[in-house]
Amino acid sequence: MSIETNETFRPKIVAFCCNWCSYAGADLAGSSRLSYPADVKIIRVPCSCRVNPMFILRAFEKGADGVILCGCHPGDCHYSTGNYYARRRMTLLFSMLDYIGVENGRTRVEWVSAAEGVKFSATMNEFVEKIRSLGKNVRLGDLRCRS
Amino acid sequence: MQELIKRAKELLADGTVVRVLGWKAGDLPYNPEPAYFAKDTDFADFVYNGFCGANLSKYMIEASKMEGKTLVFLKPCDTYSFNQLLKEHRVEREKAYIIGVGCKGKLDIEKIKALGIKGIQSISGAELTDEAETLTVQTLYGEKTCAYKDAMLERCHVCKGKEHKIYDELLLTSRDTTDADRFAEVARIEGLSPEEKFAFFQKELGKCIRCNACRNVCPACSCRKCVFDSNKFDSSQKANADSFEEKMFHIIRAFHVAGRCTDCGECSRVCPQGIPLHLFNRKFIKDIDEFYGEYQAGEDVDADAPLTSFTFEDVEPSVVSTRS
Repeated sequence: MSIETNETFRPKIVAFCCNWCSYAGADLAGSSRLSYPADVKIIRVPCSCRVNPMFILRAFEKGADGVILCGCHPGDCHYSTGNYYARRRMTLLFSMLDYIGVENGRTRVEWVSAAEGVKFSATMNEFVEKIRSLGKNVRLGDLRCRS
Repeated sequence: MQELIKRAKELLADGTVVRVLGWKAGDLPYNPEPAYFAKDTDFADFVYNGFCGANLSKYMIEASKMEGKTLVFLKPCDTYSFNQLLKEHRVEREKAYIIGVGCKGKLDIEKIKALGIKGIQSISGAELTDEAETLTVQTLYGEKTCAYKDAMLERCHVCKGKEHKIYDELLLTSRDTTDADRFAEVARIEGLSPEEKFAFFQKELGKCIRCNACRNVCPACSCRKCVFDSNKFDSSQKANADSFEEKMFHIIRAFHVAGRCTDCGECSRVCPQGIPLHLFNRKFIKDIDEFYGEYQAGEDVDADAPLTSFTFEDVEPSVVSTRS
C-alpha cells in the first residue's frame, strides 16, 4: 500500500537579473500582469558581468535546480561592454558544467531589455518547464543544505 | 648537465647574475627540487636530468623582487609560462637571465611504478647525455629496464613544441616527443552521457585531499591573495566535506586560469593523488580555441587574452546545448 502524496515537483530556480534591463523587464512583466511561476527567485545584480562563476556554483550548491542569467542585449549594456565579457565567461562556465555532467539545460543566458516584459515571462515559463522535465538537480547540491 | 654548471659558474663569476635558479638532487633518485645556487660549492648537488619536470617560471616572481639578476633555466614549455607572467607584470624581464635548456621529454615516476617497477634504488639513462631511449632501474629485486617514452609525463606526449619562446641563450639539444592528440581525452569525455561524465569526475575528484599543491605550483595561479585562502570561503584550508566542494574547488581553480593557462601540466604532475587535473584546463583551452579562435597563452606577450577581450559576434552561451 502506498501513500498518495499528490506532490508535483517544484523546481528552485535562481535568476540573476541586471539592474538596468532585465530587472526592469521583470518589473514590466509584473505591472503588465503577465504571469510566470513563483519558482523563479530573482537576484538583482548591477550588471550581468557582476556574476562571478562562483555565484552560479553557489546557487547550485544551495539547492537550485536551474540558474538563468539575464542581462541587457549585447550592445545595450549600461556599462557599455559588461555583457560582452559575461557572454564569454558564461559560455565557458556552462560548457564546463556540461563537461562535468550537469545537464546543459539547467543553465541559460537570456538577453532581456526593460521593454521586454513579455519576453521575460515567456522565458521564465519556458525555463521552468525545461527544469521540471529535467527534474531535481542531484549532481551539484550540497547534501548539508538539503532538507 | 656539466655545460649548465659551467655556464652558470661563468655568469656568476663575471657578475652578470647574483644567483642561479635550477634543480638540486632530492633525497630520492627521482625527485629533484627547485633551488637557488649562489656559490661555486652549491653546485655539488645541481642536477638536470629527465626528472627535472618542475617549471621554474613561478619562482621568478619571488626572484624578481630580490636584488640583482637571477639566472634561470627554462625548458621550452616553461618559457610559455614565463611569457605569460611577463604579460601579467608578475616578473621582470631585466631581473632574469634566461638560459633555454633542451628537453627530451620529462619522466613521471608514477608511470615507472605503474609498469611494475618497485623498490627503486637508482635510475640510469635519464641523464640526457645520450639519446635517452631506455631507462635502467636498479631495484631491490634486481635490474629492470623500460623505454624512456613509456615513462614520460602525459604532457610530454602532447608537447607544444621544443622551441623556446623567450631566452638569452640556449644550451643542450631537444627531441620532439609529441605522439598523441592533446584534446583526445577531453573529446572522449565530452562524448559521454551526463551520468557517465558525472561518474567519471566523481571518481577522479573524490580522491582530492585539498592539499592545494595544484594551486601552489601553477605558474598562472599567481594572485597575492587567493580566493581559496579567504576565511569567508567555507572550503578553505580543509579537506572537502562533500562532492560539491571538490568540484567547486577544481572548477573555480581552472576557471581562474582560463585563457591564461599555458597547459604546462604542472598541476597533474604534482597531484599526490594522481588526479588528471589538466583535463579541466584543457577543456577551457579547447572551448576557447573552438569559440574564439586558436589561442596559446604565453606564445605572444602582446596578444589579447580571450577572457579580457570580446567581439560583437561572439557565440551565445546557448551554443553549449545546441552543439553536437
